[in-house]
Amino acid sequence: MVMRPLDRKLVRDLFHLRGQVVAIALVVACGVATVVTTRTAYESLVSARADYYARYRFADVFAHLERAPDVLRARIAEIPGVAAVETRVVADVTLDVPGLSEPAAGRLLSLPDGADPRLNAVHLRGGRPLDASRRDEVLVSEAFAQANHLRVGDAIGAVLNGRWERLRIVGIALSPEYIYEIRPADLFPDPRRFGVLWMSRAALGPAFDLDGAFNDVSLALVPEANQEEVIARVDRLLERHGGLGAYGRDEQVSARFIEDEIAQNRVTGTVLPAIFLGVAAFLLHIVLSRLVSTQREQIAVLKAFGYPKRTVALHYLLLAMTAVAIGALLGIGLGLWLGSLVNGVYREFYRFPRFPYEPGAAAVAIAVGVSALAAALGALSAVLRVLDLPPAEAMRPEPPARFRAGWIERAGLLRRLATPGRMVARNLSRRPVRAGLSVLGLALAVAILILARFFSDAIQTLSDVQFRSAQREDVAVSFHRPLSSHARFELAALPGVLSSETYRAVPARIRFEHHSRRVAVMGLHAQPSLRRIVGRDGRPVSLPADGAVLTSHLARLLHVEPGDVVTLEVLEGRRPALTVRVTTLADELLGLNVYLEDRALARLLEEEGSVSGAFLRVDAAASDALHQRLKRMPAVAGVGNRLAALASFEATLARNLGVMNGILVAFSCVIAAAMVYNSARIALSERSRELASLRVLGFSQREVTQMLLGEQAMLLVLALPLGFWIGHGLAKLLADAYAWELFRMPLVVTPRTYAYASLIAVLAALGSGALVRHRLRGLDLVASLKSRD
Amino acid sequence: MVSAGAKDVAVREALFEARGLSKTYVVGEVVVSALAGVDLDLFRGELVVLLGPSGSGKSTLLNILGGLDVPTHGRVRFLHHDLTNAGEEILTRFRREHVGFVFQFYNLIPSLTARENVALVTEIAARSMPPDEALGLVGLADRLDHFPAQLSGGEQQRVAIARAVAKRPDVLLCDEPTGALDCETGKRVLEVLSRANQELGTTTAVITHNAAIAGMADRVIRMRSGSITGIQVNEQRVHPAELEW
Repeated sequence: MVMRPLDRKLVRDLFHLRGQVVAIALVVACGVATVVTTRTAYESLVSARADYYARYRFADVFAHLERAPDVLRARIAEIPGVAAVETRVVADVTLDVPGLSEPAAGRLLSLPDGADPRLNAVHLRGGRPLDASRRDEVLVSEAFAQANHLRVGDAIGAVLNGRWERLRIVGIALSPEYIYEIRPADLFPDPRRFGVLWMSRAALGPAFDLDGAFNDVSLALVPEANQEEVIARVDRLLERHGGLGAYGRDEQVSARFIEDEIAQNRVTGTVLPAIFLGVAAFLLHIVLSRLVSTQREQIAVLKAFGYPKRTVALHYLLLAMTAVAIGALLGIGLGLWLGSLVNGVYREFYRFPRFPYEPGAAAVAIAVGVSALAAALGALSAVLRVLDLPPAEAMRPEPPARFRAGWIERAGLLRRLATPGRMVARNLSRRPVRAGLSVLGLALAVAILILARFFSDAIQTLSDVQFRSAQREDVAVSFHRPLSSHARFELAALPGVLSSETYRAVPARIRFEHHSRRVAVMGLHAQPSLRRIVGRDGRPVSLPADGAVLTSHLARLLHVEPGDVVTLEVLEGRRPALTVRVTTLADELLGLNVYLEDRALARLLEEEGSVSGAFLRVDAAASDALHQRLKRMPAVAGVGNRLAALASFEATLARNLGVMNGILVAFSCVIAAAMVYNSARIALSERSRELASLRVLGFSQREVTQMLLGEQAMLLVLALPLGFWIGHGLAKLLADAYAWELFRMPLVVTPRTYAYASLIAVLAALGSGALVRHRLRGLDLVASLKSRD
Repeated sequence: MVSAGAKDVAVREALFEARGLSKTYVVGEVVVSALAGVDLDLFRGELVVLLGPSGSGKSTLLNILGGLDVPTHGRVRFLHHDLTNAGEEILTRFRREHVGFVFQFYNLIPSLTARENVALVTEIAARSMPPDEALGLVGLADRLDHFPAQLSGGEQQRVAIARAVAKRPDVLLCDEPTGALDCETGKRVLEVLSRANQELGTTTAVITHNAAIAGMADRVIRMRSGSITGIQVNEQRVHPAELEW
């Protein structure tokens, strides 16, 4: 095929500008890659979730209660809007896992005998279904089995309602209720110490004295049902049966986590590509503007020879489109690869029967569309200039650069600068918009670097506040039901226990005006030393003798302010409705909590110092002996280990943040390098004559390089504080967006992060500076002097 | 007589000695011979005009003398330094310490004022004169703070001359200094050059294809096709104001 001359010019111009074309293509690639990565990752997650929820009949509404007879099921099914009801027995138990010294926590769920559950069906990964005639058979969740190397045929110990039993594993299973398998109130999954187990109703019911009764109910709703209405009716029905309050998928822990992940992905998938493609458009703008001014005469000749304006303008638009298309192709490839990596990380956290990485054409189409838009935006002004240029005028060379004393000059700021410094300052102030945009581009790179580190900073703070400041116990023990305060002496007598602090936890619904939330009301010691209430600044909040302390986020959700009186509808025992004045808000990072001094809570509940559990400080040497005892204590429902939780938290973090951090750091390096390279390259081409003159006047290679790169250094110096500011702003944006019920992201940007962002930006700048210096060495002095620019 | 002889020797001290200089360029696939065996001495304090049509090799010769280029064959010495095989760094130092350049298109730095353009050079030179004095010398004492874009062509060229002489170079090399100027402006520029040569004693070489300028020189060196075709010594230098073209 014969190429038309204009096409040939296009190819040659692209080759001539290859350095800048590559820089633009890389920035576009990063933007497109972020679009493709985040979109395909979350689309895969959304489609796997939709498929799983539908095929395994994930319920819409959940409720836990003390005990209700099976006949109540029919009454629940009659509630308008309810499509299906499943009742079952659920129990939290302590597990003795081979190879694990401390006790693990297990959640036992009953499955109907010999039938599939109507809701929340399990997917069998291995082994066989339960045999209802065998009382000791269990299915265990896949994550728990894998973490503890459990196989079909293995046995684990469990304390069922006070009796120690040996349970045989007959199958490995998954459930839509536990895609994200996490112990309630935990932040990250700890599959080694928390697992879900399924037993037949015939075995589990009698074990917990729930023969012919249930303590948990799930509902599916018809599409047009009013969920709030259904929840209110369920609550009324269950009130007499010790109902703990029904809730929808929005409060179901696993569903909530996935929903939050998708929301977070949407934010990242919008903010990051916008930054990258904006930078790409800007780079295109300066490269094309420069090209059009150096090719004025060529444009004039083309027009003079009768090429229509449109054809010539299209030629320059095509140049932009080609650079962007290269980047888009690269970005799609990169994005698909990174998407599969993210999918791999997801697989570790989210357990689906089928979780394929299936990138849709839509994500690719969006990426292409958005990048084409960036190309068009970037090319716009250059193309308009091509259209406007009258042939006769264009034949004349561009008028010389005009410099005047600007406001900086008049303010006398340059007087102290040496001459090269003045040149730098004047060159920047002569094109303030371009300099400003360059500074903005570099600042965005710095901001992204800050963002990348902010996640680590925030999580580190969260972990410090939670695991070092608030939680100071070694072991936390919770009981199945409240015990008398004498339990404290029994705990103190256990091997290795150095000190203990009991607490009272009461499930309740907190109500203020028309807002309400399900919470656990905690009664703590007046002067706690093992478990304190700590705000995000790391300072402990003291408990008032009267009145309640609320987590700030809960107060916000309920629109409560200090001094307001809230109602606590207790969801156990006599179910009294207590009124309490809120005295203090604690800006806690985890959970939604209500705290009272334990004596005040006892007074309100009219009880004599019942305890729900205790925090223990333990002599490490005796911890194995203590764990052995705790595993078999009938009263103990769960045992938490602070150091183990901290370790799993940090390990999870390293895996999860590693990938994302790597991507962000690499991408922001690309922006920083591309910005510096391009602006130094343009400066070099615009001022090669000037630089050659300086060389002729006796300035050394090094001095001239310093003058050229000094300008870029100046831009970087201006960009750093701006980048810090934008980075902090983006971090705040994310911290605000990540204010969830389960945890809040603290807005912490450490000096180390600022230093790190600056260092990476400077390194990227030095790298591209080296490329330009190489070009400067090749400057032809004689030829540059001869030409009239 | 003895004193006269001594003066004569002093005047005739050769600043540059070029022997058998030749330069060939490869332009695309064509080999161009720009200089073909040129022998030339430039003496301290003299004003030389290199006259020739374009392509005669005069610019190449000037570039080699000024340390912007190196010959393909032959030797060139400046005082006691051999420039023939000097590296980039030595040539840069040579230009910085000894040579002042004036170009056809002035080559001022657009972002610097007249005074600053001169200061740019005086800051890096050892025995320079104050920029204001240099600009006074070229008659621009009242234009110190103007940027190049605010000056006429002749004024810009005079700033370029001030910049070149301010560091008190041993030699001033001017490549078509009036090439972009009209006659009257050109004569003013030549006057400035002539004055700098006489008052400061700077050896000056002016390249031109304008034969009318030859009258102001001590010696006129004619070139054609890369060779020197003749050297003419003017007994009496004509004042630039009296030149006509």
